[in-house]
Amino acid sequence: MTLATPAPVPAATGAPAPVLSVRDLRISFPSEAGPVEAVRGVGFDLLPGRTLCIVGESGSGKSATATGIMGLLPPSADVGGQVLLEGRNLIGLDDRELSRVRGRSIGMVFQDPLSALTPIFSVGRQLSDALRVHQDLTRRAAWEQAVELLDLVGIPDPRGRAAAFPHEFSGGMRQRVVIALAIANRPSVLVADEPTTALDVTVQAQILDVLRRAQRETGAGLVLITHDLGVVAGHADDVAVMYAGRFVEHAGVEELFRRPTMPYTARLLAAVPTVDGGERRPLVPIGGEPPSLVGLPAGCPFASRCAVALDACRADEPGLREVGGHGRVACLRAGEIADGTLDPAGGAAPADDRVPAARAAAGEVVLRVEDLVKTFPVTKGAVLKRRIGTLHAVNGVGFELRAGETLGLVGESGSGKTTTLMEILRMRRPEGGRIEIAGTDVATLAPGARARALRQDVQIVMQDPLGALDPRMPVSQLLAEPLRAAGRDRASIRARVRELLALVGLDDTAGARFPAALSGGQRQRVGIARALATEPRLLALDEPLSALDVSVQAGVINLLARLKSELGLAYLVVAHDLAVIRYVCDRIAVMYLGHIVETGETEAIFADPRHPYTRALLSAVPVPDPARERARERIVLEGEQPGAARLPDGCVFADRCPLYRRADDTVRQRCRTRRPEPALVPGRPGHQYACHAV
Amino acid sequence: MATDATPHAPSRPTSDAPARTAARPAPQPAELGLGRLYLRRFVRNRPAVAGVVIFLLLVLFSAFGGRFTSYAYTDADFTALTRPPGAAHWFGTNQGGDDIYACAVHGLQRSLVIAVSVSVLTIVVAALVGAGAAYAGGRVERATLALVHFLLIVPSFLVLALVSHRLAGDWRVLIVVLTVFGWMPTARVIWSVSTSLRERDYVTAARFMGVGPLRIVLRHIIPNLGSLLIVNLTLGVVTTVLSETALSFLGFGVQTPDVSLGTMLADGAGTVTSAPWLFAFPAGLVVLLTVSMTLIGDGLRDALDPTSVTGSAGGRR
Repeated sequence: MTLATPAPVPAATGAPAPVLSVRDLRISFPSEAGPVEAVRGVGFDLLPGRTLCIVGESGSGKSATATGIMGLLPPSADVGGQVLLEGRNLIGLDDRELSRVRGRSIGMVFQDPLSALTPIFSVGRQLSDALRVHQDLTRRAAWEQAVELLDLVGIPDPRGRAAAFPHEFSGGMRQRVVIALAIANRPSVLVADEPTTALDVTVQAQILDVLRRAQRETGAGLVLITHDLGVVAGHADDVAVMYAGRFVEHAGVEELFRRPTMPYTARLLAAVPTVDGGERRPLVPIGGEPPSLVGLPAGCPFASRCAVALDACRADEPGLREVGGHGRVACLRAGEIADGTLDPAGGAAPADDRVPAARAAAGEVVLRVEDLVKTFPVTKGAVLKRRIGTLHAVNGVGFELRAGETLGLVGESGSGKTTTLMEILRMRRPEGGRIEIAGTDVATLAPGARARALRQDVQIVMQDPLGALDPRMPVSQLLAEPLRAAGRDRASIRARVRELLALVGLDDTAGARFPAALSGGQRQRVGIARALATEPRLLALDEPLSALDVSVQAGVINLLARLKSELGLAYLVVAHDLAVIRYVCDRIAVMYLGHIVETGETEAIFADPRHPYTRALLSAVPVPDPARERARERIVLEGEQPGAARLPDGCVFADRCPLYRRADDTVRQRCRTRRPEPALVPGRPGHQYACHAV
Repeated sequence: MATDATPHAPSRPTSDAPARTAARPAPQPAELGLGRLYLRRFVRNRPAVAGVVIFLLLVLFSAFGGRFTSYAYTDADFTALTRPPGAAHWFGTNQGGDDIYACAVHGLQRSLVIAVSVSVLTIVVAALVGAGAAYAGGRVERATLALVHFLLIVPSFLVLALVSHRLAGDWRVLIVVLTVFGWMPTARVIWSVSTSLRERDYVTAARFMGVGPLRIVLRHIIPNLGSLLIVNLTLGVVTTVLSETALSFLGFGVQTPDVSLGTMLADGAGTVTSAPWLFAFPAGLVVLLTVSMTLIGDGLRDALDPTSVTGSAGGRR
């Protein structure tokens, strides 16, 4: 189906002509403060069968680039430059002309697979519609092709599932359908905008494999947009790093990771937490924040955060220049960095905010959870709701947390980790089991002064810092709120607010600003400061870093470590990102379907995971190093975490367990019939796992 | 971090320093105060500004218009009965010799006071009930909603007419009655919006901080309904003016000797053909008042709604 249109761009001798050429793409959006220059002159060539990864932080313009290529920008956007698809410029085409190109010559995979599919049509119908729009096919032939496509992207029983509706598929399966839609007409270019960001890490690995298979099958060029440097390392041929609306480095994946030449790339790589490697190296935050895209000052936009910036950097913005053996780099000092005479980090001290990793002697028990159970009724029917089942969100979870210690609850979505956290914070009698905070059983707690005091002992930092801060209140008011709830007087509140701002590294002027005027990292600092206001002993952190960019993340990780040792706090961290957990936690509890399957010291679990689920989880996290990422052996789990409505009698993981499949019949019998009890790893106190087959 | 770490950097020209401070993220667009941002978006909407001007003129007229005439609305000039507008009586007189200009000033004042206070009271009651019910949830929420829905299907205008008639047309009573029968539709809307607000993280966070329920409703839910409340407030003025004039027109509202725009309309309606000025001047004032408030309400809605096209159109340059 690929059209062999002669490209006007002269192909180099023997090299295939690029399927997609972007020349000086510029996109700006109107705003109150003036035009937001989201993309400022992006250009690249994409060869058939190759993968270009565009990587950058939020607001760097990578998604605007993708939507600009697809011609899906809102009408208010101002677009300039050229997008040449097989020699034809797509910029300036009207919607009807673009519709003939989109879907046939260029396909797109969106981030959120649920909103990318129409809920009222079966997936087979959607696929055959996509085929029939561009091809002259009978209904039956289109349906047959749709079934083939579903088979290609790895949907089991494609013929049966083609008649199913999007809501009957799990997230990963939906994303497979979206990929099938994108490749239905065998386009020559695929654009995937963060295709795995909404998915769990074990599913991410499957989807990336499908994407690669789809690309191989169609021979299409792939533009993969991501913020995850691990994904880049595993899948890219070429990498373009975006910063403030421009490519700042564009090179082959090997060269880029071997010696990142733009200081931004180098610092970004140094700030990424990783799961592999012998020991954890200290993270070096970049410092500062990405610039606003309204009225950018002259000069390199990274100069204010760069450790090796020269005066010339601030005068003129450097363009992309060819650097021998390193692709193209937009940096005046690229030459020096490339030949190794200049350290792009400028010798920035890693010990910045960092405290020694040595664990303080564990203090008294702050939180004890025993056999916690939480279920939700599963109901059906809109008018008369009847209960058709029970969702076992948390099932017999128990752990202990001491002052000065950090425990991480890790697991994929639906594993019950957030439910556990919320049950603790609710401070009510749990459905089953016991919750003890600072020696007090919450079930015995009557509302009153004791309850209020205990409430101050436990505070939460939420995942989305913007959502957790009331947009109508300035920072000083936000910080004063818990204090006011605790009944402090005005003068002491004012003093404490100033103290809190200093504690989390914000200056006094921040107190007068509204959350919307702060950057992501600053907002999360406010969230942490607010949680610390009443001097709690236990801080619950619900995915505290997942809404932050890599360059900002490191700073917050270091802040958390410093606060813990200064204030002797206990942290209970809930996260799905193992790499981040590794840098924050002393101990980890891995959860699957409401059960803790393995628990132990962080380094012990990373070095020697015992439970097959922990192993798979660790191996699914992509490593930001192409050599290791491509060479290492991966345990790809099949399927996805099932719903917790009908738990099996035996081990909850047996259905996906790679060990179960290899085990002999007696072990299988045990896995099927008996829930495994936690077993201690000999010689390692505290390291427990629950598995029959190890 | 931005300091030059390189020893061999050329000596920095002095002009460089201000350029670098300017490059700091300090003057970011988001820092534009929220109030000023809304004002800017509002001013961009010409009809809304016209609405404000008309409304202000009406307020000034009702407050100071009486100074320009020697007649009070209660004085009857028996030498001039049913006179068309002229030099002595600018807006003419009615059958009883009352000066229409003086009546219009007073009637407008009365109508404005009633309209503004009713719509403010309505919003306050509706916000407290709606947001409170949404936050409380459970049985309280269901009971409140049942009451609201019951009151919504009661033919309130008839009840209103009967009640206000028995209470014999004191304008203060009218305010209370109009509020009591007018808060339900707004409360219903506010409730439905609040149900999504109560799920927000910052409400959960406040609860975990130990903030009390009343405080959460007052500090976290109601302020975030701001734009909805303001728009409903302005449009509530329009509705109240109309229902007050309608009631007075039917004889149930403000009673003689007091005058409102509604009673003037009722008086003038009978003689539209023989003495049109008796109807035209109060009618014109009602139209100006309602139109101006509608324009202001529309303008506010556009200014406060971040997705509105009208509001942001000027950002493009």
